[in-house]
Amino acid sequence: MTALKLTGVCKTFGKVKVLHDIDLTVEEGEFVVFVGPSGCGKSTLLRVIAGLEDATSGSVEIGGQVVTDVPPAKRGIAMVFQSYALYPHLTVKGNMALGLKQAGEDKALIEDRVAEATRMLDLAPYLDRRPAELSGGQRQRVAIGRAVVRQPKLFLFDEPLSNLDAALRMNTRIEIADLHRKLDTTIVYVTHDQIEAMTLADRIVVLRAGRIEQVGSPMELYNDPVNQFVAGFLGAPSMNFVPAGVLGKTAATAGIRPENIRIAADGQMAATITHVEHLGGDTNVLARLDSGEPITVRLFGQHAHEVGDAVRLGFDEAHLYLFDDTGARVR
Amino acid sequence: MNKARRNPVNLIAAHGILIAYTLIALFPVFVILINSFKTRKAIFREPLALPDADSFSMIGYQTVLKQGDFFGYFQNSMIVTVVSLTLILLFGAMAAFALAEYRFKGNTLMGLYLALGIMIPIRIGTVAILELMVSTGLVNTLFALILVYTAQGLPLAVFILSEFMRGVSDDLKNAGRIDGLSEYKIFFVLVLPLVRPAMATVAVFNMIPIWNDLWFPLILAPAEATKTLTLGSQVFIGQFVTDWNAVLSALSMAILPVLILYVIFSRQLIRGITSGAVK
Repeated sequence: MTALKLTGVCKTFGKVKVLHDIDLTVEEGEFVVFVGPSGCGKSTLLRVIAGLEDATSGSVEIGGQVVTDVPPAKRGIAMVFQSYALYPHLTVKGNMALGLKQAGEDKALIEDRVAEATRMLDLAPYLDRRPAELSGGQRQRVAIGRAVVRQPKLFLFDEPLSNLDAALRMNTRIEIADLHRKLDTTIVYVTHDQIEAMTLADRIVVLRAGRIEQVGSPMELYNDPVNQFVAGFLGAPSMNFVPAGVLGKTAATAGIRPENIRIAADGQMAATITHVEHLGGDTNVLARLDSGEPITVRLFGQHAHEVGDAVRLGFDEAHLYLFDDTGARVR
Repeated sequence: MNKARRNPVNLIAAHGILIAYTLIALFPVFVILINSFKTRKAIFREPLALPDADSFSMIGYQTVLKQGDFFGYFQNSMIVTVVSLTLILLFGAMAAFALAEYRFKGNTLMGLYLALGIMIPIRIGTVAILELMVSTGLVNTLFALILVYTAQGLPLAVFILSEFMRGVSDDLKNAGRIDGLSEYKIFFVLVLPLVRPAMATVAVFNMIPIWNDLWFPLILAPAEATKTLTLGSQVFIGQFVTDWNAVLSALSMAILPVLILYVIFSRQLIRGITSGAVK
């Protein structure tokens, strides 16, 4: 069944058009991630889905019902915010129970649901604390718990990990993936971090300037980007772009991923190393081609390269992506 | 302050200035207080001396309590101040929330219009207000004063509060909307507690002028039953003779309630309550 269907959704603020004709279908149980640079409209789109912003035109369907004119509380959604947005005057338990209380649910049912979420998210020791007495990671778990107890048809996550530090971010990321498996519900997740997108998503929606650039599974997008923007946005370090002429090709730009380049005596390109990053597991070599373009090479394992070394860089023609001057892929 | 940055010279200078200012500010109050407990002769002979066995006298307080309905005036002042403040805070906060939260045509214009009152003193309209009160039959009622003071206090309240309301996290309000809270509930339960320090500021700013006002009580409600404390105290100040004992005693007693209200509000001013709500 279709969990979410957007048809021709547009949004303008005054004269600024933020979303252009967004069409998207999300199947039940899917984990969909909206990703894009800041200001691309991904958060606005999430707000339109939540009903916190009205779409200027177009329709939103959740679980098969058109909810374009339905208030947020009646859309069968739950949302987790970047700033947690816990109610400061309520305890953890109060925070989780408020939505159900407002909906006029039975007391026993509220207790049950809160207890279940508490167990699932290990919140038992904190139930009677107020948000001010919790750490960032704990607050985010409470925020997730507040969403879980509502048993929504659709979970919305608005950059939930952005305020956490790196180690905690990875743990929480795994918890969210775990939660998705346990609950088996549909999740729409917004982030600007392509690693979160790649690791969590069943399908990624790449947005730029209010338009959908490409939709697909992480590996589809990684291996077969439709344009230069998607190619450059996914993957870290990001794809190298050089004028195609340098490699003797006829397109405008040629792209190649750093891990597909090797340092080899029989390589096609001559370059000089400008910087080396030793990461232990990987070594990133930054070099400048003799024709002047900077290029990044990602080598697996540890390699002893020195700044200033002249090297030859080789690659497989099959790994080359070509783009025309509008950025579209040339196949 | 950080220990490493603490400089004894600065510390002494800062405290010296603060103590000097406190003394200057409290001195008139102190003089009023000590003289209210002295005989009339002692007040004029040695205004700065503390009351001793000879000069001690409660005559001022006795006069005040005998002459006129002091407690009645007191009650009138209290009713006018508290009700006006409540209305200013309630309507001011509501208007500020609407201006800060909702996008609608003419939002900025409406904000400017509401803030206009800061620049135009309400006393300019006294004649028109009096005519209005006469024709609506509100002259000599406390209600007239409450209406005028509410109108007088609203512009600044809207101005200050809307700035603070803009600072309240959007995510928090949106979380409330998703949980099904009504806009009223979001306003009263989520937003108001977070702007409590700003509300206290507005309350303090408005309270003192209302309590001390002589102008509007004299013009709109001079009847015995509706006299406020400030107006009531004027009976002791005559054109030729002034009963200083009574005036000073009345003033001393008038300070108390304002002091109590101020203490209540200033606790809110100082208390940081937003911590932990977001981020």
